[in-house]
Amino acid sequence: MSIEVKDLSYVYSPGTPYAATALDHVDLTVSEGDFVGIIGKTGSGKSTFIQHLNALIRLQSGSIKVYDIDLTEKKPDLKRLRGTVGMVMQYPEYQLFDETVEKDVSYGPKNLGLSEEEIKGRVREAINLVGLDYEDVRDRSPFELSGGQKRRVAIAGVIAMRPRILILDEPTAGLDPRGKKEILALVKRLKETSSPTVIIISHDMDAVAENCDKVALFSGGKIEKVGAPREIFYDDELLLRAEMDVPTVVKIVKEMEKKGVTLGEKPVTRSEFLASVKRWRNG
Amino acid sequence: MPIKFENVNYEYPTEDKSVVAVKGVTLEIEDGSFVCVCGENGSGKSTLAKLMNGLLAPTSGVVTVDGRSTATEEETELFAIRQKVGMVFQNPDNQMIASIIEDEIAFGPENLGVPREEIGERIDYALSAVGMTEYRYNTPYKLSGGQKQRIAIAAVLAMKPEVLVLDESTAMLDPKGRAEVIKVAEELNKQGITIVLITHFMEEATRADRVIVMNGGSVVMDGTPAEIFRKREEIERYDLELPVADAIAAALIGEGLPLEDRIYSASELAEAICRSK
Amino acid sequence: MDKVVFGQYYPTDSVIHRMDPRIKLLAIILYIVTVFFLVDYVMYAAIFLFVLTITFIAKIPFKVLLRTVRTIIFLVLITSIINLFFTTGEELWVEWKFIKIYREGVEHAIKLALRLILLMLFPSLLTLTTTPMELTDALESLMSPLKLIKIPVHAIALIMSIALRMIPILMEETNKIMLAQKARGADFDTGGALKKAKAMIPVLVPLFVGAFRRADELALAMDARCYSSVAKRTKYKVMKLTVKDLVASVVCLAVFSLVFLNKYLWGFDEMILALFK
Repeated sequence: MSIEVKDLSYVYSPGTPYAATALDHVDLTVSEGDFVGIIGKTGSGKSTFIQHLNALIRLQSGSIKVYDIDLTEKKPDLKRLRGTVGMVMQYPEYQLFDETVEKDVSYGPKNLGLSEEEIKGRVREAINLVGLDYEDVRDRSPFELSGGQKRRVAIAGVIAMRPRILILDEPTAGLDPRGKKEILALVKRLKETSSPTVIIISHDMDAVAENCDKVALFSGGKIEKVGAPREIFYDDELLLRAEMDVPTVVKIVKEMEKKGVTLGEKPVTRSEFLASVKRWRNG
Repeated sequence: MPIKFENVNYEYPTEDKSVVAVKGVTLEIEDGSFVCVCGENGSGKSTLAKLMNGLLAPTSGVVTVDGRSTATEEETELFAIRQKVGMVFQNPDNQMIASIIEDEIAFGPENLGVPREEIGERIDYALSAVGMTEYRYNTPYKLSGGQKQRIAIAAVLAMKPEVLVLDESTAMLDPKGRAEVIKVAEELNKQGITIVLITHFMEEATRADRVIVMNGGSVVMDGTPAEIFRKREEIERYDLELPVADAIAAALIGEGLPLEDRIYSASELAEAICRSK
Repeated sequence: MDKVVFGQYYPTDSVIHRMDPRIKLLAIILYIVTVFFLVDYVMYAAIFLFVLTITFIAKIPFKVLLRTVRTIIFLVLITSIINLFFTTGEELWVEWKFIKIYREGVEHAIKLALRLILLMLFPSLLTLTTTPMELTDALESLMSPLKLIKIPVHAIALIMSIALRMIPILMEETNKIMLAQKARGADFDTGGALKKAKAMIPVLVPLFVGAFRRADELALAMDARCYSSVAKRTKYKVMKLTVKDLVASVVCLAVFSLVFLNKYLWGFDEMILALFK
């Protein structure tokens, strides 16, 4: 079990007239190797939730365990936690600050207190992993790179901490189709090579359907349902309640059902859909 | 004919060399049309937008708005152009100056010297046109991204423009916000305002009368959405992406389904598939 | 965050809220001068009563007003204590080792504390009943004679208004960047002052880079909406003096002149003392 969240609640500015419940008794278990998609409307509590996983928000009530790090303890080992859970925030390129790409990427490992040598190795590896040429970019200013490159440098800064769990908050926001494809491919690659557990927040239902094997749907500070994409995206009543869109494939299947054609399967990805249509036509 | 490009080039200098952002563009934006300019980042689409209202002056060639060249030093000339060609930008937080929405809307008309009483009427009109009337006395801070962009559109509408250029105004929004902005653009277009939508989401182009694809600073494709979307390989070559439903349609055609080669919405595609058996 | 947007604006629909902000601002200036001319306890009490009355009319709970005093309580205590111990006079009240407290010291300390509290109370009423935007407008209007000596009054007001709009945005951004760097293992809480200052570099650099980017985009957006610091603009919001404002002005002037009359002509304390003798 890599992450175990039990009965997590959080209220912003408690005890003031501005108090607002952001999380309301949330439970979620993530196993190593999971690719989790967190979906929900803006303001449904997704961001507050993932910030808890890295102890960026102080625990108010409930419990969180990340591997053997127990966040209910008085002084959890934050350094180890942040080396275990890598967090890529929205528009991460806006956090770049150092003179060179190499220095910027080494910020995280340095904070972990690693040796110079270890840091150097990790930085090189991370920069190469995100698809940039270490020798080419190491001495360049991160500010002179293109938008997509900046974002990859920012991700490298997180990867260099070698997190077992990688969390990304809308990693493709604001990118053009090519940038989007590249980042999604990168996330998949990172899952295979360095961070076996990945959690992404996304508004792009097509991308969630194509990539995730587990989806958690947030609504009004609660997790309404956790399950495989097909369990979520074919739950009409739930989606209506949470005001969520569905992947295009599901839209087409639903429209076909309205016209009296049932495929008999519940495809959510493009390839599943193509296969289903084929079987239906032949059957 | 409000906007006309004649063999327009635009270069901007960097440290060691100058970069050509727009090259050899000749085109006309017709009155009342809904034009979508697509292209990947760095294709020159945003530069093209800024050439339309004289925020940038062409390095060579001529851009005219209603016959007036945008390459003028005269402030009154430039303002006449910018009043006609309004522009909304990408980041909603970086284009608002006031902390109260009605003040924000008033800013443009104030700059134009519109009489006070009329500004009040224009605020009424602009806010109702984007469906934000009830927010008149609010602060923009608490609004969603889509609502902020609608306010930015209203702020331009209050200047009574003939053309509304949306310069990647949907890029930072969530799907709901994007849908809101596109819906407003469509409605304004119905009222006779010319819309130029700059975007890298091709699905936003399905509602346009005309799609212009830019790549490497040049216009590489120009036609109706149906004409453009059919050229799938070419679109992919320019690093753009077909709307998912069309991509699926293409894949089905590739697998031998007898589908008509055209653009599809999800429900149209569903119907076509049902009929195919 | 709303608190930041509106300073400490406390929205109730009262006469004081609707008063012309220029009158309020002028009243504050007069009030501050007046407070420095307070001599007798009776006048302290009178001014306090005056402030209380206005608080009541403004429908602001007294608790809320007191909260504003809390922020300066330390300053009040320290300056009072210093005055208590270091004022020498003729009537020695306490002598203990090297500490000598004179009657004059006690009186000084009390009056100073009262004066500081009074100085805090009334201007707080201004910010509680006036939005920062109204204040900006009022300042612009009051400063407008400075236009004659070529001071860009409108530009100054606009800068203030943009600053007000940007403060909450930049605060949110600071928070986001801090979280992001914390996630990369940054530690902002431990270590000495130097270490803490150094730890802020990874927050400040992106913050400044971001602020410049925002400024650039904002300038472009203002250009697109025809802003010019030289051209003639109109103003949508015009402040109008009403009868109520005039009445309020008269009341304020009357109360304040009482203080001056007291200082230079009458001497209320003595009059009251004389009554008892």
